[in-house]
Amino acid sequence: MRLLADLFLLVGAAFTLLGALGLVRMPDVYNRIQAGTKAVTLGALSLILGIGLLYPQWWSKLLVISLLILVTNPLGSSTIARALLMAGVAPWKKAEAKTPQESET
Amino acid sequence: MNTPIRETSDGTLAHGVFLFLLLLTLWLLLAGSLDPAELVAGATVSLVVTMISRPHLAIFTGLKLTPAAIPPFLSYLGLFMVELVRANLDMARRVLTPSLPLQPALVEVKTELQSPLGRLILANSITLTPGTLTVDVQEDRLLIHWVEVPPDLDSEKIAQAITQKFERHLKGFVK
Repeated sequence: MRLLADLFLLVGAAFTLLGALGLVRMPDVYNRIQAGTKAVTLGALSLILGIGLLYPQWWSKLLVISLLILVTNPLGSSTIARALLMAGVAPWKKAEAKTPQESET
Repeated sequence: MNTPIRETSDGTLAHGVFLFLLLLTLWLLLAGSLDPAELVAGATVSLVVTMISRPHLAIFTGLKLTPAAIPPFLSYLGLFMVELVRANLDMARRVLTPSLPLQPALVEVKTELQSPLGRLILANSITLTPGTLTVDVQEDRLLIHWVEVPPDLDSEKIAQAITQKFERHLKGFVK
């Protein structure tokens, strides 16, 4: 049980790390949102599962937390993306990226 | 989420009961005990909250509250979990590939779901599936940001296929 919990904690940490890496590497804000949302949602769920295995008496609160994360995480991302689109931030396109130095900043 | 929330209170008594049970379950989960005192307190609070907020919570009227709605709900949950894991593996691959394989574009798809709740769940599901992010919902059209649009194929059609994969299950339990 302890080993399984550690495994889930490790996977969760790894996905969260990948999410952070995605934030750094992605070319524009929409792709950053994509990387951030997905990785952090699964990362957080995996961490919660790991914690649930370590401390089974907390399962009810952990369940509420994971449901909250599952609903609010994508919703928040969509709202941010929508606000950006309405503010006139155009999505990055590979064909237009003639000056990669610019798009990487 | 620009869908106009229809202020109709055509929700049945069943929706009120559903809201009450939802709140009571939440209370008991947070309390973490089935103590009679907790039950009474939770039931009282849930009842008051249900009666006060019932006319304003039109969003729950999108739910189909029949026993036949349970299998589609479960199969939707299963599909959602599989897609979530796939989305993460896909994203991990993209982030770790040195050349950063991206070909983003905005694609518009139509949904057949009528209720705000159904569209909300659909939009959230799309955001958590491989390479897609719901940017805007306008009436029955969803604007989706796609990380890698297949170059030579009809991207609208493929996006529509993604949407329908969820819709098929969602239709079973939301309007």
